[in-house]
Amino acid sequence: MAHQQVKFYQTGTLTVGNRLLDEDNRTVQATMDRSNSLDSGHRACQGCGEALGARYAIDAAMRATDNQLIAANATGCLEVFTTPYPESAWRIPWIHSLFGNAAAVATGIAAALKVKGKKEVRVIAQGGDGGTTDIGFGCLSGMFERNDDVLYICYDNQGYMNTGVQRSSATPGGARTATTMPVGPQPGADFDKGKNVPSIAMAHNIPYVATASVDRLHDLEAKVKKAMSMHGARYIQVFVPCPLGWGSQPAKTVNLARLAIESGIYPLFEAEHGEITSVTKIRNLVQVDEYLKHQRRFAHVMKNPEQLSAIQATADRNIQKYGLLGGQE
Amino acid sequence: MKNTKPYAITLDVGGSLLNKTGSWRTDRPVYLDRLPPCNSTCPAGENIQQWLYHAESGEYKKAWLEIMKNNPFPAVMGRVCYHSCESACNRTQLDEPVGINSVERFLGDQAINNQWKVKPGKSSGKKVMIVGAGMAGLSCAYHLRLAGHDVTIFESSPKPGGMVRYGIPKYRMPREKLNAEIHRIEEMGVKIELNTKVFNIAATKEKYGFDAAFLSIGAQNGQYIEIKSDQSLPSLVGVDVLQGIEEDKPSDLHGQVIVYGGGNTAIDVARSAIRMGTQGVKVVVRNSRDKMPAHLDEINEAVQEGVEIVALRSIVEISDGHLVLEKMVTVEGGKSQPTGEFETIPASVVVQALGQNVDPGLFADVDQLELDDGVLDVDFHMMSGIEGVFAGGDMVPSDRNVTIAIGHGKKAARSIDQWLKGEFQQMDEKHEVVDISMMNTWYYSDAPRTIRPILDVVRRQSGFAEVVGDLDEDSAAFEARRCMSCGNCFECDNCYGVCPDNAVIKLGNGKRFEFKYDYCKGCGMCVEECPCGAIKMEPEEI
Ligand SMILES: Cc1cc2nc3c(=O)[nH]c(=O)nc-3n(C[C@H](O)[C@H](O)[C@H](O)COP(=O)(O)OP(=O)(O)OC[C@H]3O[C@@H](n4cnc5c(N)ncnc54)[C@H](O)[C@@H]3O)c2cc1C
Ligand SMILES: Cc1ncc(C[n+]2csc(CCOP(=O)(O)OP(=O)(O)O)c2C)c(N)n1
Ligand code: SF4
Ligand code: SF4
Ligand SMILES: [Mg+2]
Repeated sequence: MAHQQVKFYQTGTLTVGNRLLDEDNRTVQATMDRSNSLDSGHRACQGCGEALGARYAIDAAMRATDNQLIAANATGCLEVFTTPYPESAWRIPWIHSLFGNAAAVATGIAAALKVKGKKEVRVIAQGGDGGTTDIGFGCLSGMFERNDDVLYICYDNQGYMNTGVQRSSATPGGARTATTMPVGPQPGADFDKGKNVPSIAMAHNIPYVATASVDRLHDLEAKVKKAMSMHGARYIQVFVPCPLGWGSQPAKTVNLARLAIESGIYPLFEAEHGEITSVTKIRNLVQVDEYLKHQRRFAHVMKNPEQLSAIQATADRNIQKYGLLGGQE
Repeated sequence: MKNTKPYAITLDVGGSLLNKTGSWRTDRPVYLDRLPPCNSTCPAGENIQQWLYHAESGEYKKAWLEIMKNNPFPAVMGRVCYHSCESACNRTQLDEPVGINSVERFLGDQAINNQWKVKPGKSSGKKVMIVGAGMAGLSCAYHLRLAGHDVTIFESSPKPGGMVRYGIPKYRMPREKLNAEIHRIEEMGVKIELNTKVFNIAATKEKYGFDAAFLSIGAQNGQYIEIKSDQSLPSLVGVDVLQGIEEDKPSDLHGQVIVYGGGNTAIDVARSAIRMGTQGVKVVVRNSRDKMPAHLDEINEAVQEGVEIVALRSIVEISDGHLVLEKMVTVEGGKSQPTGEFETIPASVVVQALGQNVDPGLFADVDQLELDDGVLDVDFHMMSGIEGVFAGGDMVPSDRNVTIAIGHGKKAARSIDQWLKGEFQQMDEKHEVVDISMMNTWYYSDAPRTIRPILDVVRRQSGFAEVVGDLDEDSAAFEARRCMSCGNCFECDNCYGVCPDNAVIKLGNGKRFEFKYDYCKGCGMCVEECPCGAIKMEPEEI
């Protein structure tokens, strides 16, 4: 093939693969021998962002650790749809903990491996936002505080989806859930409530914290790879749209994840030892209604200018705070 | 045997592959090739998207060979084709169209520099005669050779190329490129009998025992209208002037040159006159300037070089070294009408460039071949009123340009091949044209079009050097990579990646993908995220 000086690659790193890029600049997902750690036949809904995010993340971790990986999994969709006993879609050593103790179980596994001298085997804990930001939060904070050698991955679909879409502390203001119905003077979930767990994780001063998205595969894989190159407590929160809980088209999952980034509502960044080290810039800025309008959980917000501007204000704050504008890939 | 184990443990442990989630599906994704708008509009039927695909990865020879399947003149195309493909290009809606024409020229020149060749097909034993070695005739000859037929072209001029040689000036079409591409066709075994005018088709066909014939005599006779004149000024015909320049004949162009007509011939005459050091060149057109049939780029280049456009005027009289012009106005429907107001301008010579006609001589005594409205009718297969005699190019009813002529030559060659084998084949149905709304253009990097270098005006005014320059390799590859591969998989792996059910199989480089319908739940994410629109959902039969 002729020598090329061209610095333009058609779709660059925006697509999953790109035949014009060097092999080592392509994603794990683009390779024919990816591990498919989360295999076909699982029972997630059509277009499930969580199933996608989990395969992306775990495949990347498998590649990074040369397949020497064990995962502990909190109760939630990810556990239920993958592993209706005695079947499992997981193709890695995997254990179902309880709803609230995945971090503690993973810590235990890491301790056992240390005792056994199996340095090469690495440990991941994973769960939904409910299992992470609410019920599992005590165990998680302990894992951070002790700097246990575990990467914790939270798949954030902004609610308790597995039990029928209840509000969690990761549910955004205005969103309809089974427990925050769009009735009364303040329809949907309250504004100014909930937790920002990535910030809380950073406050623990752990080696690595990142947010990621099913829309940015290169970025997500790079973050997992980086996390696996480190030791101690690490936290990655992946944005995973949920067609069932959000009332969105299954086909739109990745697109919604993209609009969340492009509107500034879900900032992607990395932080080491409590300091932000990189942010993903917005490529084509959109207003939040572009993102909200595809989701029935926000249908009432679209007709409520006050709530709409409150959500826009959140996005604008993010854009300011993280410096999301200017310069792109 | 009685099972004493507790319930759960009685089930065998297994993978999820036992669970065929494909049964959930109500719609299924299917891969397809849609027709990109560039391909759909190319008069020569080039698979542009496909050759750009090869050029993107630097596989220039592969790219060139892909062009050669349909068009044996990439270096000519890259210079004189009016590139309707670019006007149709979907990328226009993101930023600017892909510079298809400039990449084609780059590939054509690469082939000439590296002497890439194409082999003729296995001999069929059939002989075909062609009348006229213009682009239509040469293209037909090339495609007939690919099919293994023996081809002889009879050409009345001393050199092959037709209007591209004797009409289009050198500053747009350097002759060494034209010669190289014609020579390559001759090397495939096409015989060109130069200085040989055909007067009787049937007699020639019979004399040499040809099995079929293709007529491509073009429209070579310049139209000439009688203008009231006291003979104080020489009055010339546009195509004759251009031919004279090509043949290095002494030219009558001098002083104040007035060119009458608004088409490409007029502009070519005017720009040639500038280059020959005349004092001034005016192009007089009856219509308003925006209604001139000449291509805008060329009008603009002409004006840069000093040509003056005198719009809405008709020449009514030549008198005492002057022209009497009548002012025109544009009326409803865009037509122009005389006003009865006159003006006079000085002139040294008048050139009429008002279009060209087909020479009727060849059909004088042939009953089945009659010119209708100045052109020869052909059927869907390009066959004329005589069995086994086909025709194409400027002489048949159609728009007239080089690419159409080449397309006619190809189509006729395929028809002739089928006719020689005994029967015409059904045409493959065309794929659906891909509209940008079927694509996900978010994925394409922003990239403005590469501009081809243009020669300095001063140098353009003083000689016939080529005006539009080449793209270098990097710019050509860059330009190719702006292509979005509309409607045709370019292996970006998006579908393979975004499927939450791992229901897409990657078959390997160049082999594309397949769905695992046993597991595909039909969410449609692959369709949504395919940048180029190469997947669609179809209702499942339930
Ligand atoms: C000045 C000018 C500029 C143009 N610029 C462009 C341009 O930039 N781009 C574009 O796409 N198109 C352009 N065109 C149009 C284009 O040149 C023609 O449409 C095209 O070349 C027609 O090809 P053809 O093979 O049908 O006919 P021609 O090129 O006219 O070829 C016909 C051939 O047949 C020969 N012939 C005729 N009668 C006989 C006979 N009885 N026996 C043997 N041989 C015979 C002739 O000598 C000639 O070689 C231009 C035309 C002109 C006049
Ligand atoms: C202690 C306990 N309380 C409640 C439950 C019921 N439960 C199972 S999954 C789940 C919600 C999971 O939500 P989340 O962690 O966000 O995961 P998702 O399903 O949204 O992916 C709940 C409430 C449980 N299994 N254990
Ligand atoms: S409910 Fe949501 S998170 Fe759970 S499987 Fe369905 S789409 Fe995925
Ligand atoms: S982007 Fe490429 S495939 Fe699409 S119309 Fe333009 S040249 Fe053709
Ligand atoms: Mg959840």
